[in-house]
Amino acid sequence: MAKLFNEEVVAQIGEILAQAHGEVTMVLFTKEGECYTCSETKQLLTEITEIKDSIKLEVKDIDEDSELAKKYDITMVPSFVLLDSKKEYHGVKFNGIPAGHEINSFLSALLETAGYEIAFAPEVLDRIKKLDKKVNIKVFVTLSCPHCPGAVQTAHRLAMLNPNIESEMIEAQTFQELSMKYNVSGVPKIVINEKHELLGNQPVEAFLATLEKL
Amino acid sequence: MFSFSIDKEVKQSVFSENILWDVIIIGGGPAGINAGLYAKRKGLNVGIITKDLGGQLLNTNLIDNYLGFTSINGGDLAREYLNHLKSVEVPLHQEGYVTNISKENGEFNLVLSDGLFIRSKTVLIATGGAPRKLGVKGEEEFANRGVSYCATCDAPFFKDQHIIVVGGGNSSAEAIIDLSKWANKITVLIRSTWRADAILVERLNEIKNLTVHFNTSTKEIYGNIKMDGIIALNRITNEEFKIEADGMFVEIGTTPNSNLVKDLVELNNQGEIIVDENQMTSLEGLYAAGDVTAQPQKQIIIAAAEGAKAALAINQYLNQIKE
Repeated sequence: MAKLFNEEVVAQIGEILAQAHGEVTMVLFTKEGECYTCSETKQLLTEITEIKDSIKLEVKDIDEDSELAKKYDITMVPSFVLLDSKKEYHGVKFNGIPAGHEINSFLSALLETAGYEIAFAPEVLDRIKKLDKKVNIKVFVTLSCPHCPGAVQTAHRLAMLNPNIESEMIEAQTFQELSMKYNVSGVPKIVINEKHELLGNQPVEAFLATLEKL
Repeated sequence: MFSFSIDKEVKQSVFSENILWDVIIIGGGPAGINAGLYAKRKGLNVGIITKDLGGQLLNTNLIDNYLGFTSINGGDLAREYLNHLKSVEVPLHQEGYVTNISKENGEFNLVLSDGLFIRSKTVLIATGGAPRKLGVKGEEEFANRGVSYCATCDAPFFKDQHIIVVGGGNSSAEAIIDLSKWANKITVLIRSTWRADAILVERLNEIKNLTVHFNTSTKEIYGNIKMDGIIALNRITNEEFKIEADGMFVEIGTTPNSNLVKDLVELNNQGEIIVDENQMTSLEGLYAAGDVTAQPQKQIIIAAAEGAKAALAINQYLNQIKE
């Protein structure tokens, strides 16, 4: 297969990932047979590892490695999670290929899992740390949506900063049934614990206002 | 098959509290970027604060009226802008947004959501606009449940469906062209008549299953879990009629993002910032450029030009106050 990244994109990504100091492991789940964008997603992640040595890739099969899939609550493919240098999972998940505009939220998640400091105000950090309920955040996106990476980045940051929170990007075109189930016809659409909805690229304060009321 | 639109600049911020900047630009669209370029070339100590690098360019698919490019994608034009800006090394701050501006002893103090505090001799507001809403019953209820304000983002959800597009300007005509690749039927509502460029309107003739209602406005959006249709109003006969549709794209212009300075400067009744011939607002040292100003023609090239004007005027102003 031809490369997904051209030279210019490789240079841009290289420049950004130069600031990723800690090791990151991406664990990708695919499956044999019919799987929309599984091979492209695998290739995308492989090309990232070729740009940056300290970013590793493990490819698993959702059926053969079902124990591990269960551990990370993987229910669809392609889906991948990010692990830090101690191979710990902080609830940062991508369902579907993070191409197009979504490459930006993917690069942010890699950097911040590698230890790059998350720029939130001290009082925001305090509010995040105090959240004590289990939270699942789904952010539905399309790859042509310029406002979506911001929403995904905020949700993933919340997950990194609080062990009670897990956050997943869902590419709406890849997972159409799920999008229909959640009535997604506009993105970004944020669904918190299956029932609370936020629309658009909301600031972290808007996420917090909802999370604090759970 | 897949493209990658990287607009992230990840560098350690240089926006420390110890610097007194010559000019801080708020906004990273055409006005803000061009102002950054001009200010830097004048030797000013300039920084840009923006969450949305590229601004409204990113919402635009094809741009056919920007001098020098017969036809260019909005994201690609934004990338050209950024490469140009990068060549003169203007620092960008992309984390956090400005929550407060005040002026004290001839200096502007900016408070950011990420806890940063910035001081500057002048400030340029280039915050652009956000999609204007219809303000009708059902609009909020069915937002992202059929009602959308971003054709590039949401077009794929309406494959082989019937959608309504509201608006008669260039952004509406461009949205119709984009959406026609997905939807199988498009109905257009225009309050009066086309304001879009004749060349764009002509192109709409090639689209199959396109119906245009002139002198027609939206009265109500109805539905259950998702929108099912609208009640339209013919503004001449006062006749109301239903249109069943799966989705609706609202393309009726923008509202200015002027909230941040609404208590500091004079605005017109549209909420747009009133500026003088040098792009200065009613508050000395505070400038505005681009779609956020009262300048009525919202065009990329005009926003960029206002940014240039503002930067040159700021340079002159700073020279004057030095003397």
